[in-house]
Amino acid sequence: MAKKLMKGCEAVAEAAIQAGCRYFFGYPITPQNDIPEYMSARLPKVGGCFLQSESEVAAINMVYGAAGAGARVMTSSSSPGISLKMEGISYLAGAELPCVIVNMMRGGPGLGSIQASQGDYFQTTKGGGHGDYHVIALAPSSVQEAIDLMQDAFDLADLYRTPVMILADGIIGQMMEPVEFHNEQSSRAIPEKIWAAKGYNPNENRPRAVINSLYIENEELQELNDRLQGRYQIITETETRCELYNTEGAEVILCAYGTIARICKSAIALAAKEGIKVGLVRPITIWPFPTNEVRDTICGGSVKFALDVEVNAGQMLEDIKLAVNGEKPVHFLGRPGSFVPTADEILERIKVLRRA
Amino acid sequence: MAKFTITINEDRCKGCGLCARACPKKIVALSKTKINSKGYRPAEITDIEECIGCASCARTCPDAVIEIVKN
Amino acid sequence: MATTVFKKTPVLTDTIMHYCPGCGHGIVHRLVAEVLEELGVADKAIGVVPVGCAVFGYKYFNIDVMEAAHGRAPAVATGIKRVHPNNVVFTYQGDGDLASIGAAEIVHAAHRGEKITTIFINNAIYGMTGGQMAPTTLVGQKTTTSPYGRDKDHCGSPIRIAEMLATIEGSAYIERVAVNNTANIIKAKKAIKKAFETQIERKGFSLIEVLSNCPTNWGMSAVESMEWLEQNMIPYYPLGVKKEV
Repeated sequence: MAKKLMKGCEAVAEAAIQAGCRYFFGYPITPQNDIPEYMSARLPKVGGCFLQSESEVAAINMVYGAAGAGARVMTSSSSPGISLKMEGISYLAGAELPCVIVNMMRGGPGLGSIQASQGDYFQTTKGGGHGDYHVIALAPSSVQEAIDLMQDAFDLADLYRTPVMILADGIIGQMMEPVEFHNEQSSRAIPEKIWAAKGYNPNENRPRAVINSLYIENEELQELNDRLQGRYQIITETETRCELYNTEGAEVILCAYGTIARICKSAIALAAKEGIKVGLVRPITIWPFPTNEVRDTICGGSVKFALDVEVNAGQMLEDIKLAVNGEKPVHFLGRPGSFVPTADEILERIKVLRRA
Repeated sequence: MAKFTITINEDRCKGCGLCARACPKKIVALSKTKINSKGYRPAEITDIEECIGCASCARTCPDAVIEIVKN
Repeated sequence: MATTVFKKTPVLTDTIMHYCPGCGHGIVHRLVAEVLEELGVADKAIGVVPVGCAVFGYKYFNIDVMEAAHGRAPAVATGIKRVHPNNVVFTYQGDGDLASIGAAEIVHAAHRGEKITTIFINNAIYGMTGGQMAPTTLVGQKTTTSPYGRDKDHCGSPIRIAEMLATIEGSAYIERVAVNNTANIIKAKKAIKKAFETQIERKGFSLIEVLSNCPTNWGMSAVESMEWLEQNMIPYYPLGVKKEV
């Protein structure tokens, strides 16, 4: 299929529809408005339903209802809106419901800015809502990758009965890139949703659907949590994804996810011209975090140190340090808010650290 | 034989007394002698011959413990 | 030949309800279940239960049920109804859930003319959490968070949900009923049936506000609580049809 030029948000929306998403509930917030706008035009044409909710809170609970009813459903928002959805995401996780949530991150805390940021790493990977749960979190670093991850996102959600977050930022959402839709059907066998609420007939061979996260007896709640933790273990073992770039024989390893990883690749090219061998480890799943890959890459023999680059005060940094466990120095370059580092700044920091 | 048979599922009864309040013939009362497994005094019929089958007791019962049959 | 005059509907499960003795929730559960059976839609019904005393509703309605976060039942029901427009979808909510934390969700479900039915239990108090003041608590009524009686100047007057939602374009059938005596219980069932018929005929949003009791947190017997409801709630919350299109 020919490549076409598409804005990130619209590409994500189209990819969701191609992945079988037919229901979208959302609330306007910059910089992701192109997603609901696109959905409002396209979904009615493919037999789906777009509904603009009265609030972010209502949107995620409409997602909960549609997911419980057995649909492929999605919502999208940006940082402050995602904060509002957190209660609902915890309920979705607790009720074991599949759905996809797109977060086009913007600067924070509070109302923050409308520029791109990576300040929601903690919120995404360390819970965000209440209780012991995780969401699978996929972090694309290009519009094409965002498209490619959408089919995966819906499949993972259905396979593991869990919310899946696409964690991108305002740059990916707003920039245009040449992209290609592969229109590939899922290669995964998705089980039928016999648990979904569709109407109960005692004469049919299907148990009554009870979509619920309330377990008032300690033993029952323990059972839910054991089930979730067991599932998280399987996800960690089988679904962790990571890109290793130019790491063979590298002296310095950069760590970054999303858009910032691309700037790191530019810095790697600049460094190569100066004879400095720099590699990159880029988590594609930020939860589950690719602990083994990060550790093995950074702790490799040729590596002198790692430099983690993020647009925040150092959030993924904690997971990297846990993975490396003090075996090699891990430095940080980044600023909270919306200041995106340039390739030159990254190279400059590498050079300073080499001299030190 | 009385015109109606009323069956009260005594184990499910919580002894709230709403049935007794609702009965127009005043023939439903909380038992003075029995205590059920939950510790409540269950409702009982004091004079089934007087029952007119209006089902006020059953319609008022929050726990759906009363069943009425016309003989 | 013997004929059944009254029998528990199979649309209620056999699970013993956790409600306190004499609580109106049990009566309303039964009315909803009987209506679903009589309309022949129990196998198409999907209920959404709230946070509050009716939180365990999924154990009692013998139909598919989803448990919603506090106040969000109308949004959850919206998601379900949009996926299954031919199913019969209802929410069952109390006054803290619907009139306080979920006020936005119920107003906008009504505003969209969402083809769902809401059963709204108004017992003028938070039951499950231990008798705190609700938006529907009467002026002067003592609760655990209005120990000197609800002060209108301090926290406003009780909210009349049925009247408020009747002003909204998208609502199609709104009625307030009570379960204080047999006659009113029979009327309540008719109203609930009408509300579900309104949904089935796709006329728009329907809501039945049911004045109910809370003997435990009102600090009285079940019988006394029904009399208190008659004397105090009905004068402030007049019964009747508020909207019919």
